[in-house]
Amino acid sequence: MLIKNDDASLTKEVTDPQVFKARRKIIQAAIALGATASVSAAANEKKAYQHVPIGPYSKKLQVTDYEDAINYTNFYEFSTNKKDSTVLAQALKISPWQVLIEGEVDKPGLYDFEDILKKVNLEERIYRFRCVEAWSMVVPWIGFPLHQLIKQVQPTSRAKFVEFTTVLQPDVMPGLRYSSLKWPYTEGLRMDEAMHPLTLMATGMYDEKLPKQNGAPLRLVVPWKYGFKSIKSIIKIRFLENMPSTAWNTSAPGEYGFYANVNPAVPHPRWSQARERVLGASIFTPKRKTEKFNGYGEQVAALYSGMNLKKYY
Amino acid sequence: MAMYKYQWGVIKSVVFMLCLLPFGILVNDLINDRLGANPIESMHVTLGEWALRFLCLTLSLSPCKQIFGLTWLNKFRRMLGLYSFFYALMHFMVYIVLDISLDWMVFVEEINDGPYILFGVVTFLILLPLAITSLTAMQKLLGKNWKKLHSLVYLAAITALLHYFLLVKTEFGKPLFYAAIILLLLGFRLVRRALKKNKIKSVYSKRTSNREKLV
Repeated sequence: MLIKNDDASLTKEVTDPQVFKARRKIIQAAIALGATASVSAAANEKKAYQHVPIGPYSKKLQVTDYEDAINYTNFYEFSTNKKDSTVLAQALKISPWQVLIEGEVDKPGLYDFEDILKKVNLEERIYRFRCVEAWSMVVPWIGFPLHQLIKQVQPTSRAKFVEFTTVLQPDVMPGLRYSSLKWPYTEGLRMDEAMHPLTLMATGMYDEKLPKQNGAPLRLVVPWKYGFKSIKSIIKIRFLENMPSTAWNTSAPGEYGFYANVNPAVPHPRWSQARERVLGASIFTPKRKTEKFNGYGEQVAALYSGMNLKKYY
Repeated sequence: MAMYKYQWGVIKSVVFMLCLLPFGILVNDLINDRLGANPIESMHVTLGEWALRFLCLTLSLSPCKQIFGLTWLNKFRRMLGLYSFFYALMHFMVYIVLDISLDWMVFVEEINDGPYILFGVVTFLILLPLAITSLTAMQKLLGKNWKKLHSLVYLAAITALLHYFLLVKTEFGKPLFYAAIILLLLGFRLVRRALKKNKIKSVYSKRTSNREKLV
């Protein structure tokens, strides 16, 4: 598999991530200088991932406002309403956090989140995030490539798929009372998709730890697939010989496939996927044309060569 | 209820302003940037839901009148019906002007790609002639046909519901709520009509049997 990352191929829409980081620091400095003691104290509080380097697969894209990115998320375990789920998700208990790794691996076990972090290299990745609801945002994720974790736990030769499971906390997740989806939420990837360098396990965004509504403390980010594949608050990773069932695919198999690659040429059975609303844009900005594989075709198209993407949507 | 004409005028103006309130709140929220990360979606959904609410309200006037004998409710039928159209029009305009930026090609593409948009457009195309012919002059001009034409409002209610159901992913609670209301109102009318027909039939059959006796 050939993975190129020459800068010339990248979209130039652009806020250079360096500029973005510098800008944030200027703003912080301005607040610290000009504001009252209490405000400056808050602004001076160090961001958890302020010094994480920018990774090679980061895209130079205009980053979505932090406020938009943390207030417009789906988390059905709490509520199907984006506003309600953001408020309710604050009750999520994220520490201590452990991830169970099982199935076709040589080193199964219950891993502490902190121990996982010790053995991986965090980096920043600016990715476009395209939801199946035909909107997109650009998020500066902090995380590590999933393959770093996979290599540590050593999958057997029989491992062909990876299944991820979201935490179940019924006492704080009122959404679980409704059978909107089959709980717990599960997602899956083919082994080669999971090993792909673009596939990220995120632990933070915007230089900070992941907000709870965005899937704290550990979530998947697969930038060339619709957002529902990027499962939140992961507590279990299972290596399998056969394709696992996944939450949305189980709920409506005709509408949400296992692959769920972003594809403007394959509409959702009820609505178009040809364009997307860019969050945070002015109301007079036209929708953006959706790109095949969400613009990551150069890196990932080879994974699906010879496959009928209309059939395997 | 004996009331002077000007008193009804005052009441009607109050109702008129109340019906406009949701629109005012929405415009105010938009100006003050309180519609969140996706203001177009927020406007679109709010306006569409108010169009459906006013449609339900309009359809509920006749049954309320018949059950509770509140004949004065008739005075508000046209206003509420037109408000349903007003919110549907604004809903449609947000889609045409803001969401697809007046791009005809996108419109064709989106209708082609899935039935969701199509059912919305069909609903709007049904409501449009009803709004135009709501003028008293048109009512007189169309005579008996006016009532026939305006019974299309039930069809609009059904296509509006389909449009709603096609939009949601799993959260069917709200569209089911409106579907229940509309089915109840529609059911009431169908039952009432059936009873009326039976009455006429039974009167008719009594007469004929009497006649037979005479023979």
